[in-house]
Amino acid sequence: MHRNHVLVAMDAHTIAQGARAVRDALMRNLEMTSLTSEVKVVETGSLGIYNRGVVLVIFPENVYYVGVKVEDVAEIVSEHLIKGRVVERLHYTDVPVEKAAEMGAAPRFGKQQRVVLKNAGIIDPESIEEYIARDGYEALGKALTEMKPQDVIEVVKKSGIQGRGGAFFPTGLKWSFAAAEEAKQKYIICNADEGEPGTFKDRLILEGDPHCVIEGMALAGYAVGADMGFIYIRGEYRMSIDRLNRAIQRAKENGLLGENLFDSGFNFNIEVREGAGAYICGEETALIESIEGKRGEPRDKPPFPPSVGLWGMPTIVNNVETLANVPQIILKGADWYKSMGTEKSPGTKVFTMVGNINNPGLIEVPMGTTLREIIYDIGQGIPEGKGFKLAQMGGTTGGILTGAHLDLPMSVEALREIGSGLGSGALLVVDDSQDVVELVENFVEFFNHESCGKCTLCREGNGRLLELLQRINSGKGHVADLNLMEELAVTMMKGAFCGLGQAAPVPILGCLKYFRDDFVRKIEAAEMAAAA
Amino acid sequence: MKTLADLRAIKEKAKKEMATREQSAKYRISVAMGTCGIAAGARTVMSAILDELSKRGIQDAAVSQTGCLGCCDQEPIVQVTDADNRTITYGKVSAEMARKIIASHVQDGKVVSDHVFDMA
Repeated sequence: MHRNHVLVAMDAHTIAQGARAVRDALMRNLEMTSLTSEVKVVETGSLGIYNRGVVLVIFPENVYYVGVKVEDVAEIVSEHLIKGRVVERLHYTDVPVEKAAEMGAAPRFGKQQRVVLKNAGIIDPESIEEYIARDGYEALGKALTEMKPQDVIEVVKKSGIQGRGGAFFPTGLKWSFAAAEEAKQKYIICNADEGEPGTFKDRLILEGDPHCVIEGMALAGYAVGADMGFIYIRGEYRMSIDRLNRAIQRAKENGLLGENLFDSGFNFNIEVREGAGAYICGEETALIESIEGKRGEPRDKPPFPPSVGLWGMPTIVNNVETLANVPQIILKGADWYKSMGTEKSPGTKVFTMVGNINNPGLIEVPMGTTLREIIYDIGQGIPEGKGFKLAQMGGTTGGILTGAHLDLPMSVEALREIGSGLGSGALLVVDDSQDVVELVENFVEFFNHESCGKCTLCREGNGRLLELLQRINSGKGHVADLNLMEELAVTMMKGAFCGLGQAAPVPILGCLKYFRDDFVRKIEAAEMAAAA
Repeated sequence: MKTLADLRAIKEKAKKEMATREQSAKYRISVAMGTCGIAAGARTVMSAILDELSKRGIQDAAVSQTGCLGCCDQEPIVQVTDADNRTITYGKVSAEMARKIIASHVQDGKVVSDHVFDMA
């Protein structure tokens, strides 16, 4: 029996800060002090704490340490693990620890609700047993032994879950389209091509709990009648890829992937496909083209993938976070899921909070949590006493939110009402010392680089927008350029071929709507300087 | 995996392994591990406690370590706190005594009265 479990967060962030060296030092120290039989070291996914170096948590005391360096390890072992004294200088106590009594709740997690992230930072993602211990594969077992495929679709439909990739299309409805198709082969694709700058939720879900996505895919396969799944993932996500491959291997060894699962006659296999870094391949039809070995360019829609998808067969493309929700919906039921979030947007949403914020990182909150709660309670406000200028919700294509929107509930319907959206889950917070015009130029530079070039509006539109913005930022702009930019942006939104070109102008139009004065001031200041 | 029962067998086994991470322990056992405690033999007591808990398959107990309690002459000291936050403090605990505490107090809920030196 182990009296203490030391969980070391091993995600790409903490590894970059030296988590491996700290873990090794910990093992060495435990050996030297003969504690290996009493203290277990577990590698886990992200604990949701960022920019604080190597993070570890010691159970059963539930004490979090941050900024741990190799030279601190001996002190943690001798003080905490031997003598039972908390090492205060490394102790992370944003909120009194007793509030975090629930297992796995980091001290600051008061307003959060963890569904998708329930295992991240608690289990060893490389251990299928630990996933099973936390109800893993129970939903798959239940579905295969007690439910018909149609029942699974009904539960997902009734739960009201919408696709978490950013479009928020009802997942159950999408599944029912593919289920209704007659075909000798159908496919499930997990879209893990997370390319939105500032979004890294899918990576942390996959790094922290790969099996929940695998189980979600198998359930989707059973529901629609597909026996093959692909996970299309960014090639840069090395750690997620390794963990997924190992998780798939372990699932196969345990008979949770492969032939005749739970003696039901249902077969399901998964393969990982690595993307090569093109932003456009996050668009589902471009993604399908890429899996087929072609150049990643979007297809004409309709037909939509649930009818004609991968190799012309009915295909479901779901985001990582969507699939990660599915096992718990099947296990706990639609009513449980609907009890969270708002009436029209049930469930939780995972966000990655970045930018000018005190406490950046990965959070999961019920839908409908206000922007103020996210920024000021969970994110603990803006550093250096600066004011809030704007937030961009949903990655680089996301809409602009201002101080007037701080009390707006973050739900699909509330954001749709103001012509915005939740998007992929990146929340960029910008303080009032930043230059909006330069920020917009930065956005457009990204789109100009990532446009695949298939349609003129996106290819040329982004290039011209970038020229106009560069002109303004270099002091040679005219106020009339603003109208030109607006006209061009609206044309792109209406006429571009796929989501990239249609969404690229969203932040530009948002900034022009709310911060037009900033643009005008910059142009006029340059004009006056030139005249003087 | 052929049946749900197969899955649940793995689940039960893995749950035991992970029990330390659950905050649902009925008994919290704490061994004083100050210099005084260690010098008086707290390490042997700790090993005996862990060994006895695992031998008896007791899962609803969490073991932790604490510093000097200021009663150095009573070391090694072991404290057992129950679900109602009632703490029993045992003094001058030997390895043998520690095994008895696990068997009687933690398993059967009967305080081992001859080594109690303070009740809070």
